[in-house]
Amino acid sequence: MKRLLLGCLLIAGVVQAADERRSGAEFMSPATQAMQRDDAQNPAMLWTAAGEAQWNAVAGSSAKSCASCHGDARTSMRGVAARYPALDAGSGQVVNLGQRINICRERKQQAAPWKLESEELLGMEAYVAMQSRGMPVTPPQDAATQAAAARGKQQYFQRIGQLNLSCAQCHDQQWGKRLAGSTIPQAHASAYPTYRLEWQGMGSLQRRLRNCMSGVRAEVPHFGAKELVELEAWLALRDQGMKMETPGVRP
Amino acid sequence: MARALIHMPATAKRGEVIEIRALIGHPMETGYRVGADGKLLARDIIRSFVCRYNGEQIFGAELHQAISANPYIAFFTQVTESGTLEFKWDGDNGFTHTETMTLTVSAT
Repeated sequence: MKRLLLGCLLIAGVVQAADERRSGAEFMSPATQAMQRDDAQNPAMLWTAAGEAQWNAVAGSSAKSCASCHGDARTSMRGVAARYPALDAGSGQVVNLGQRINICRERKQQAAPWKLESEELLGMEAYVAMQSRGMPVTPPQDAATQAAAARGKQQYFQRIGQLNLSCAQCHDQQWGKRLAGSTIPQAHASAYPTYRLEWQGMGSLQRRLRNCMSGVRAEVPHFGAKELVELEAWLALRDQGMKMETPGVRP
Repeated sequence: MARALIHMPATAKRGEVIEIRALIGHPMETGYRVGADGKLLARDIIRSFVCRYNGEQIFGAELHQAISANPYIAFFTQVTESGTLEFKWDGDNGFTHTETMTLTVSAT
C-alpha cells in the first residue's frame, strides 16, 4: 500500500515537473475560452475567411494565386506555421510567417508586398497558421534560426524602458498574478495572429510585443524589425511542443 | 467589403428548434472617440439586423453605439418548411449587407 502510494506521488511529481507551461487561453474567462474554442463564435474567422479568398485569388504580374503553386492550403500548409520564424535561404535572413508570405508575393507572384499589420496580411497569416492548429510548435534547428533565437533570449531577459523591466520579470516570475485588471500570462505565443477583444480586431505577435514594450516605456521597434523577429524566434523555441491555437482569442 | 459568417444547420426536421449564429465584420465606430488629430471620429455603426424566413421576419435587432466591433448575434427559431433565410444588416453611411442561406426540412 505504502509503495503504491509512493508510486502515485512519484508519478504526480513527474507529471507536474514535465510541463508547467500554460497557454494564455487558460488564464482567460470561460466566455472568452468558449469564443476561441467555437469557430462559429470566433471573430477571427472573419479574417481567416478573407485569407482563404486571397489564397485562391490571382495577384501580381505573374497572374498566379497562392493555390497555383501550393494547391490546397489545408494539406500543403499543414504544420508550416509551427516552424516559423525560419531562415529564408534567398535572403539569408530569419523571417516570420508574415514576412515569408510577403517574400512569396514579391518573388513568385510579382505583386506588391502587403503592408505589415494590414488586414490582408493578418488574414493570410491567420489562414495559413490555422492549418497547423493543434500541432506542436517545432522551431527549426538550423544554425541561423538558433542564433536568432539566442539573441531573442538575450532580449527576453534584458531590462528595458523607464520601468526597467525585462519580459522575464513579469512572464516568468510573476505569471498568474494581476497587473491592474488582468492576469499576467506566461507569454506563450502559439495563438497568434490573435483576435484581441481590447483591439476589437486581429493583431500579430509583433503588435503584442510592441504593446508590452511601450507599456514599460521602452523604445518600440518598427513592425518587421530584426529585434522583434528574433524575439519571436526565441518565443517559438520557448513554446516548443506546445499546441498551435491560431486563430486565438485574447481579452 | 463586408464580410459575414452565418452558422446554422443545412437540414432540420419540421418543428425542430435550431440555433442561428450571425457574425459580421464591422468597425462599429461609436462617434464618441477622438482621432489622433483631436477631432471626433464620425459615427459608423450598424443600426439594424433583420432575419427573414421565406419572407417573414423571424428576428430583428436594433444596434447602438455600445455594441462592440464585429457584432455577433445568435438566436433560435422553430423550423416550419424548406426555404431560404435572408439576413440583412443596415447601418450608417449607406452600409448594407445581405446573406442568404437555404434550409432543407425533412418531414419527420
